[in-house]
Amino acid sequence: MTSLYDEIGGAVAMDAAVDIFYRKVMADERLAPFFDDVDMERQAAKQKAFLTMVTGGPAHYSGRDMRRAHAHLVAEGIDDSHFDAVVGHLAGTLKELGVDDAKIARVGAIAESVRNDVLGRDPAV
Amino acid sequence: MTGRIRRGNLDLALEPGETALEGLLRGGVAVPSSCRAGACQACMLRAVAGDPGAAAQQGLAPALREQGWFLSCMARPTGELVIEEGPPPAIGATIAEVAPIGPAIVRVRLEPDEDLSYRPGQYVQLIQGDHVRAYSLASSPADGRALELHVRVHRLGRVSRWLAAAAPGTRVGLRGPAGTCFYTEGRPEQPMLLVGTGTGLAPLRAIVHDARRRGHTGPISLVHGARDPDGFYLVDELKGMSDGTGAFSYVRCAMSGETGGEIEVGDLAQVTQRLFPNLKGWRVFLCGSPDRVTALKKQSFLRGAGLKDISADAFLTAEMPPPPLRTPAARAT
Ligand SMILES: Cc1cc2nc3c(=O)[nH]c(=O)nc-3n(C[C@H](O)[C@H](O)[C@H](O)COP(=O)(O)OP(=O)(O)OC[C@H]3O[C@@H](n4cnc5c(N)ncnc54)[C@H](O)[C@@H]3O)c2cc1C
Ligand code: HEM
Ligand code: FES
Repeated sequence: MTSLYDEIGGAVAMDAAVDIFYRKVMADERLAPFFDDVDMERQAAKQKAFLTMVTGGPAHYSGRDMRRAHAHLVAEGIDDSHFDAVVGHLAGTLKELGVDDAKIARVGAIAESVRNDVLGRDPAV
Repeated sequence: MTGRIRRGNLDLALEPGETALEGLLRGGVAVPSSCRAGACQACMLRAVAGDPGAAAQQGLAPALREQGWFLSCMARPTGELVIEEGPPPAIGATIAEVAPIGPAIVRVRLEPDEDLSYRPGQYVQLIQGDHVRAYSLASSPADGRALELHVRVHRLGRVSRWLAAAAPGTRVGLRGPAGTCFYTEGRPEQPMLLVGTGTGLAPLRAIVHDARRRGHTGPISLVHGARDPDGFYLVDELKGMSDGTGAFSYVRCAMSGETGGEIEVGDLAQVTQRLFPNLKGWRVFLCGSPDRVTALKKQSFLRGAGLKDISADAFLTAEMPPPPLRTPAARAT
């Protein structure tokens, strides 16, 4: 099965998606403080890694990596509400890019699969 | 494993978190520096073995990267780094003229010994004795070999005050060019917004002239910010470029002063946002004061400009008090 990443358009489409997604996140006052890096290019590179991963593209992150990448954010208090907001902007971004609802649901499922890792919780919870 | 640096007879273990620059200065090696944030390229060194890390090579021309040049203020090597003795290659230049063009701003004209291949808006590193500083190019190769800089004279600034007092005929060194703040061809109809504070006008002015020379047809808007209404310069030149068709607009914005005149009064980012509320599809250039550049960059992005369509040069200076300068005599050899 081809990945959504390829169906959506691969690396080129990702650049467009990063701009839209990052803008949504920065405009969301619940999330902006976590992403407010003076080096916007570096932050954008991480958004790209995020989008590549949730669309099933060539990303190289394990659940443990996700725990490590977000541990300092968990310490700062991110919870399910932040997670839902991120997934919401993700869906909104894909919709703007003309991705159909069935594919958006598949992306949502990939994101859902790392919820406990991102939020640093025991998978059994 | 923490990093190690070898240079000549020096063999130095870096402390945790220490940059190569900090380590070398601690070890008594005179490495020039200014911004210590990867922006000015004053601290460039060459590694002949070992990996300085990707962050330390960001913004360097590919040819320099391939030869192992890196920015020591951004390098936190984890292994051993062997550094070559001697400074990076530079060309000589003669100061042809120093003229005041604004309040505490001088225009410096330089005659380099050989042609410098650059794009208007890029910057060079100017070398004066032990000091290296970045200055943006206000000139264009189309106007000849001479280079033009606009230098703000800082109250205690070492190089800016020296430049302001330099006599014609004085020699300096030059490296570069560097930076991505320049006009790129391919979308002549794209609207352009250029915002700068103080001498941030130098590269912006060069970019505007370059865009027009290369046949840009879209509207070009230049916003210049200054602390007070007397702080503007090149006003006649820029006013003279507007021909009433709206192809070029020039706005001055002062932080304080009387409202209602031809100068906008208020915070530069807010005024810019009010005048240019939607930047979707625009090309944006931002130069000058680091905090204004950072604020405007974020704002431009949120207002719709694509990240790849925003070019910015923050004029980072050395921190106050400035880093200690080691003389060559104090070098550990
Ligand atoms: C990409 C880039 C482009 C740039 N382009 C331009 C440009 O086009 N035009 C321009 O004017 N500048 C530009 N700059 C800034 C420039 O590189 C220098 O940083 C600036 O001229 C100050 O250098 P200086 O030697 O005069 O000051 P420094 O001696 O480096 O001092 C820096 C600051 O410390 C203060 N200071 C100095 N000595 C002391 C002391 N003994 N005690 C306490 N405080 C002290 C000074 O007041 C100054 O504010 C650019 C910077 C960058 C990164
Ligand atoms: C939907 C599930 C999520 C996935 C798959 C995901 C994935 C990623 C990835 C791949 C990175 C890059 C890691 C790196 O290379 O350093 C990253 C970084 C980051 N993520 Fe997430 N993320 C998710 C949810 C969230 C949420 C809910 C937040 C809440 C604010 C968040 C905030 C961040 C931040 C701030 C960074 C950058 C960290 C840094 O600056 O080093 N992420 N994420
Ligand atoms: S780039 Fe290293 S000191 Fe400026």
